[in-house]
Amino acid sequence: MLTLPIYLDNNATTPLDPRVLEAMLPYMTNMFGNAASRNHAFGWQAEEAVDYARDQIASLINCSPKEIIFTSGATESDNLAIKGVYEMYASKGNHVITVTTEHKAVLDTCKHIEKIGGKVTYLQVNSEGLIDLKELEEAITDKTILISIMYANNEVGVIQPIREISAIAKKHGILFFTDATQAVGKIPVDVEADGIDLMAFSAHKMYGPKGVGALYVRRKNPRVKVTAQMDGGGHERGMRSGTLNVPGIVGLGKAAEIAKQDMESDTARISAMRDRLEKELTTIEESYVNGSREHRLPHVSNISFKYVEGEGLMMGVKDLAVSSGSACTSASLEPSYVLKSLGLSDDLAHSSLRFGLSRFTKDEEIDYAIGHVKEAVSKLRELSPLWEMFKEGIDLDSIEWAEH
Amino acid sequence: MAYSDKVIDHYSNPRNVGTLDKSKATVGTGLVGAPECGDVMRLQIEVDENQIITDAKFKTFGCGSAIASSSLATEWLKGKSVDEALSIDNMAIVEELALPPVKIHCSVLAEDAIKSAINDYRVKNGLPALELAKSHH
Repeated sequence: MLTLPIYLDNNATTPLDPRVLEAMLPYMTNMFGNAASRNHAFGWQAEEAVDYARDQIASLINCSPKEIIFTSGATESDNLAIKGVYEMYASKGNHVITVTTEHKAVLDTCKHIEKIGGKVTYLQVNSEGLIDLKELEEAITDKTILISIMYANNEVGVIQPIREISAIAKKHGILFFTDATQAVGKIPVDVEADGIDLMAFSAHKMYGPKGVGALYVRRKNPRVKVTAQMDGGGHERGMRSGTLNVPGIVGLGKAAEIAKQDMESDTARISAMRDRLEKELTTIEESYVNGSREHRLPHVSNISFKYVEGEGLMMGVKDLAVSSGSACTSASLEPSYVLKSLGLSDDLAHSSLRFGLSRFTKDEEIDYAIGHVKEAVSKLRELSPLWEMFKEGIDLDSIEWAEH
Repeated sequence: MAYSDKVIDHYSNPRNVGTLDKSKATVGTGLVGAPECGDVMRLQIEVDENQIITDAKFKTFGCGSAIASSSLATEWLKGKSVDEALSIDNMAIVEELALPPVKIHCSVLAEDAIKSAINDYRVKNGLPALELAKSHH
C-alpha cells in the first residue's frame, strides 16, 4: 500500500528507525539518571549506556571511544571544531582553508573567524562539485592551521577526495576537519584510513533522533585539542560542558550499530532505486544530473529540469516531499549557492529538485515518483514561455531580460 | 509555506494558457521577468476596434504564486477596456490570491506584464508608450 505523501528528503532528515526508538525508550522513563552522577546506581546506569553508545559509534568510524565528544548536533560540532581549533592553535597561525560548497554551519563559522581577525580561503569546485587538490596545496601558507572540507555534500551528494586531502594536510602539519554529516552511516567512513583529525556528524541523518551529534577529536598522531565553546561542568574531557543527552546518545549509538551492520545491504538496495529513478527522470528532455555521478553518495540525486521553475515544480509534485535549489521563497531570491558553485546558471539552479532516498524507501514509491515528476514537468512546460521559445529555436541568452 | 486555495486552484486549473499571434496589430505582448530570477511571464492581449480586450493569454515560468497571478490577470483583463486594464493594481492581485509578503513580487510582475502588453499594443498602433509601472523594485 502506497501512503502519500512520499518522503524523499532524507538529506534534510531521516525517520527514526524503530529499533533506535526501542533502544532509547527506557532512558526516557525509569533509567533517567545523569551520566555525571558518580555516586548512585541511576548515574552508573546512564554512564554505562553512554559508554556503550561510544563503543558503537567508535566501531562504525574506527576510532577509540575516548575520541568521541557528544554534542547537540552537527552544527554545534562544526562550530566547536573550527572555533575550538582556531582558539587552541592561535599561536601557530590564523588561516583556515575551506570550500564554497560547505554547509552554512561551516561557512558561517568561517565568517565568524574572519570577523575576529582570522583569514579564510574558500576553494572553488569544478562542475562535478569536486575541489582541485593542487589549488588546495597552493592555498596553504605558514599560517594555515586548519583545512575544513566536507566529506559529502548535502545538496548534490558529491564525495570529496578525503584521503588525498588528508595526505596534503599531514604533509604540511595542518589539522584536517571534515563535516561528515551526510556520509557517516551511509558510506564507509574510517578516520584512520581516511586520515581525519576532527569529524562532525549527527544522529538524525542516519535514522537516529534529532538534537544529538558528535565531534570526533583525534587523541594520537597527532593529539588534537579544541577550546571549549561552552563553559560549565567540564564534561566530555573538558571540551563540551553540559549534561549528556542520554536517550539521544543511546539513539545515536544504536543508529551507528545498525548502520554498520546494514550498510552493505542498504546501499545495494537504495542505490539501485536511486539509479532507476535517475535513469527514468533523465529520459525527460533537457534534464541534467547535477554533480559528479561517479563520486557520489548512493542515495542522492539532484536533477535540473530546464525551463521549469523548481518551486512551481515542487507544488506540482505535491505528493512528494523533496527539496529544490530554487530560492523563490527566500528573501534574497538567490538560488542554491552550491549549484551555482558548480557553475550552473541561475535558471538551471532554479530548476532543480533533490531526491534523497532512505532505507525505508520502497520500490513502488519510486515508481510513483517517476510518473508524478514526469507528469508535472510536462504540465509546467506547457505553461512555460521559456519552453515554447526553446522549442521554436530561440536562443534565450539573446533576449534582453528585464531584471527585476 | 502553505498556499491559499485560490493559488492552488489557478495553479491546478490555469485559465487562458496559450499564445496569440504576436505579429498581429491587434495583439499586444508583454514579456517580463528573467530566467535568472526564477520567473518569466508572457502575457498577451487581443484588442478590438472599440479598445476592448477580447482575449488574453499567458504562459509563465515560475512558482505557483507567479502562475496564479498571471492566470488571474488574464481573467480580469478579458472584457475590460484598455484604459480600465491599466488601472489593475498588483495589490488587488495580492488580496484576491491571499499572497504572503514574500510572494508580492509575483503580483508586481503580473502588473508589469499587463502594462507591458498594453504598451506593446499602443506602440504597434502608433500611440506613445506609457510610463511603465510605478517603481516597485
